[in-house]
Amino acid sequence: MTAILEAKGMSYRGGGRLLVNRVDFTVDAGCFTIVVGPNGAGKSTLLKLLCGELAPTEGEIMLGGRPLRSIPPWQLAHLRAVMPQASELGFPFSVLEVASLGVEGIGRGLSRSDRRRIAEQALERADVAHLAHRNYQTLSGGECQRVHFARVLAQLGAGRTFEDRQILFLDEPISSLDLKHQLALLEEARRLVREGIAVVAVLHDLQLAAGLTDDLALMDEGRLVARGAPDRVLTSERLAAVFGVGLVMESLPPHPWVLAGRS
Amino acid sequence: MTALAVRAMSHSRPAGQKGMLLTGLAVLLLVTGLLAMSSGATGIPVARVLAVLSDALGESDSIQGGDALIILQVRLPRLCLGVLVGAALASSGALMQGLFRNPLADPGLVGVSAGAALAAAATIVLGDALLAPLIGPLPFGALPIGAFAGGLLTTFGLYLVSTRGGRTSIATMLLAGVAFGALAGAVMGLFSYLSDDRQLRDLSFWSLGSLSGASWTKVMTVAPLVLPMLLASPFLARGLNALALGEAEAFHLGVPVQRVKALAILLVAVAVGASVASAGMIGFVGIVVPHVLRLMAGPDHRFLLPASALLGGALLLAADTVARTVVAPAELPIGILTAAIGAPFFLWLLLRRPGGFSL
Repeated sequence: MTAILEAKGMSYRGGGRLLVNRVDFTVDAGCFTIVVGPNGAGKSTLLKLLCGELAPTEGEIMLGGRPLRSIPPWQLAHLRAVMPQASELGFPFSVLEVASLGVEGIGRGLSRSDRRRIAEQALERADVAHLAHRNYQTLSGGECQRVHFARVLAQLGAGRTFEDRQILFLDEPISSLDLKHQLALLEEARRLVREGIAVVAVLHDLQLAAGLTDDLALMDEGRLVARGAPDRVLTSERLAAVFGVGLVMESLPPHPWVLAGRS
Repeated sequence: MTALAVRAMSHSRPAGQKGMLLTGLAVLLLVTGLLAMSSGATGIPVARVLAVLSDALGESDSIQGGDALIILQVRLPRLCLGVLVGAALASSGALMQGLFRNPLADPGLVGVSAGAALAAAATIVLGDALLAPLIGPLPFGALPIGAFAGGLLTTFGLYLVSTRGGRTSIATMLLAGVAFGALAGAVMGLFSYLSDDRQLRDLSFWSLGSLSGASWTKVMTVAPLVLPMLLASPFLARGLNALALGEAEAFHLGVPVQRVKALAILLVAVAVGASVASAGMIGFVGIVVPHVLRLMAGPDHRFLLPASALLGGALLLAADTVARTVVAPAELPIGILTAAIGAPFFLWLLLRRPGGFSL
């Protein structure tokens, strides 16, 4: 497996505090990496550094063999999509228009009907096609989150016509979702991984995370404490040290859920 | 469908309907223009207006009569200035609202109006005392030049204050603009305290706004400053649409956010500076026009920016026609008219939105 994204000795200082402290981090093509850790561990900051939103105060990040900061925004948009924690909209755009923001400009070489098709497919996949003509500002928190998932799916779909080594960053993508849509979104993320897209997600639910991937990254106080298979990362000693809880993980469930009627 | 369900639906219309709406607005601008040229202290039938215009276009020397002179030397330059100023104010409003992600933002927010007003007041009141001894009687253009420079300098200053490490904080710029507005108000109060009767009249007339000083020279001065903004703003449309999600999200979508912000602020400062310098303070056009259009066809800036230019031009032209006909042969300052219509409309916008607005 080859690394698409490679960060070396990456630190970020914000508000006088070291939010990310000398972290080495690689993202491989078609790999599902889940970042876990307590509040304020630097998970979101790590994601912001890796997607180019923040510049590291120290260290360097290479994307596809080039320094991340040297890649112009329009080209970055082909290579990676980012789903933020929460996003308020300034104007009453329709759901279809919000999803279309993901393809406008990114699919500049695409025909109008192709862009429309990509946006509509993304709405279907995020289970918000029935809301297409609703005003985004009147949606519930969970519905908004699904619309933004549709937007990043549309961006990846449009970007894939130019670049095939893509990364999707998800920052707590299921925080407002009901159970059904949590599972559906994570299932969709796994489908993207099977298609060769690298997914880096921040999740809070350790059990869910452990069942989803064999590449877990544990962060604490800005440092990357451990990375690898869940049973090696989530040891009882580490859980006690990092989360301050006396949990005993006797055995991790191989598959934490069974989805009836879906494969 | 219940009323609630209707409101939950988006106002956004398909591209074809938006094209028709734009055509409709262009026709509206044309019709308003013809009516504006035919009405006034001297009524001229629309047919005669058309005849004079086609003669003028044909460059024939057969243009005769006083009405031809009124149309070509008085009403046509005034019409052009009105359309330019109206289009500049309305599209600047749409640009600023997109940038501030707030439908109530006004082109005045970037400090250009306050700076221009302050410089204009300084030119009127101090001009005689300070400048006249040095350069003789004030040249005709001192006031607009002063206002334009004042507006640009203020915007530039606010931009510097709110830019740290290559990133402009839109919120800081807004708050700095409010602070500067208060300061400008205080200094202007001082100027009106110092001014004599003639200066006071000049000052208040300028601050109420008027197109009465229109001439071809003014049109030729304002056009090169406003037209680039009208032509360039559609290229910012996609970036502004993405900015509605937030600055980080716009960057994720491939928008060069800092460049879009800097360009939008520059275009607005130049265009509004030129408008204020040539026609004084004309309020509310920049808020009302984009808002009405958003209600009609949704918030997509690819439609909103050109549509605002067309409707802004038509609205200011209509307001000016009313301003110079209701008390003919005298004239009402147009700023009174736009504020009288605009302010209640603004309040109505606030009331009909149950959740209130957030910055």
